[in-house]
Amino acid sequence: MNVIQGWGASVIEAVRGIGAAVLLVLRAFFAWPRVDGLRRFIYQMYRVGVLSILIISVSGLFIGLVLGLLGYSILASYGVEQKLGVLVALSLVRELGPVMTALLFAGRAGSALTAEIGLMKATEQLASMEMIGVDPVRYVVAPRLWAAIVSVPMLSLIFTAVGILGGKLVGVDWLGVDAGGFWSNMQASVRFWHDVGNGLLKSVVFGLVCAVIAVYQGYACLPTSEGIASATTRTVVLSSLAVLGLDFVLTAVMFGGLR
Amino acid sequence: MKRATAELTVGVLVLLAGLALLFLALRVSGLLNEFQDEKGYTVTAYFQNVTGLNSRAKVTMSGVTIGQVESIQLDPQRYDAAVKLNLYNNMRSISKDANASIQTNGILVEKYIAISQGADAEYLKNGDIIDISQTQSSLVLEDLISKFLFNKATAPTPAATTAASPAPASNTTPGF
Repeated sequence: MNVIQGWGASVIEAVRGIGAAVLLVLRAFFAWPRVDGLRRFIYQMYRVGVLSILIISVSGLFIGLVLGLLGYSILASYGVEQKLGVLVALSLVRELGPVMTALLFAGRAGSALTAEIGLMKATEQLASMEMIGVDPVRYVVAPRLWAAIVSVPMLSLIFTAVGILGGKLVGVDWLGVDAGGFWSNMQASVRFWHDVGNGLLKSVVFGLVCAVIAVYQGYACLPTSEGIASATTRTVVLSSLAVLGLDFVLTAVMFGGLR
Repeated sequence: MKRATAELTVGVLVLLAGLALLFLALRVSGLLNEFQDEKGYTVTAYFQNVTGLNSRAKVTMSGVTIGQVESIQLDPQRYDAAVKLNLYNNMRSISKDANASIQTNGILVEKYIAISQGADAEYLKNGDIIDISQTQSSLVLEDLISKFLFNKATAPTPAATTAASPAPASNTTPGF
């Protein structure tokens, strides 16, 4: 009996969590930024976005290099290594750019957001803000949420561009694919609004999801050191699962011919 | 001081993202080329068969790209494929009796249209057509193979039968 009660309780808890997260996000969205809010937002952009540039571009470079190598060895066996640019560009623009950026972002910045907000809660900073009449949602949650939402698409663009340059480095400069064919085949196959636009839309959605999960997990964690630890883990796990699951749905709608 | 550096680096992030978007737009997806091509002129060529040709395929003359395929449609009156070609403005001197043929670049790679210059002194203008008598359809491998087999089966020349070994000869003899 207790087992079944436990299951029921965990389902109710999960549904309550979703509701609480949506309410928190709505409150943060409608906490209109004032002038000093903008300054806090920019500082969070620095911590969340700028500090992620390095890992994002290094990962993008290596993913592009590997794509170039693997793609070349397969395409060259059919004698169509001219199409390497298409393979590298389409896979990065449509899939790898948005998804890898979101996964890296969840690990690099999302976990930090959760831990920071969780520690503020554990040390009762959030409670004391409320005591002196400062809304912690407006002051703490909103700038972090917006910074994450804005910076993920930017980082995804950087990741994609660096990755394509990495593919070019391996394919054209090292393995000797003709540079003209590499770029012109790419330009003939990649469409701006269909491919780049939808990829960007994907990364906006992923940024929103990662930001909401990270901020909510921090805001709702148990105010103990163990609670912060498990909330940080949950942020990374839930963000990754949500991004991968949503990616399947979005890909099916955007590129899967389901229309 | 601290705040100023934060703002500076965020500015750098925004600029980097803008540069990346510009790179994706211009270099990767060739957005600028599309705008450039709109300034060219359009000619419609009629083909009996355009199997394998895609829109945005190259139009070449002597191997040099002079335009691209804008759209491919079936003409409802003639039952031929109407292929709109967008030709660059600097190629205004294609004569009216020029020939257009669909060629293949590599064995499975891509089809493109090759135009060869004619002898007419009048040049193609915007909206002109290249009629079906001046075009050569795309080569369909299956048609070619079946034609080859059909010829062999129906009309075995004496030279072929004497030269052929018994094994292929038995291939040509069955009931049909």
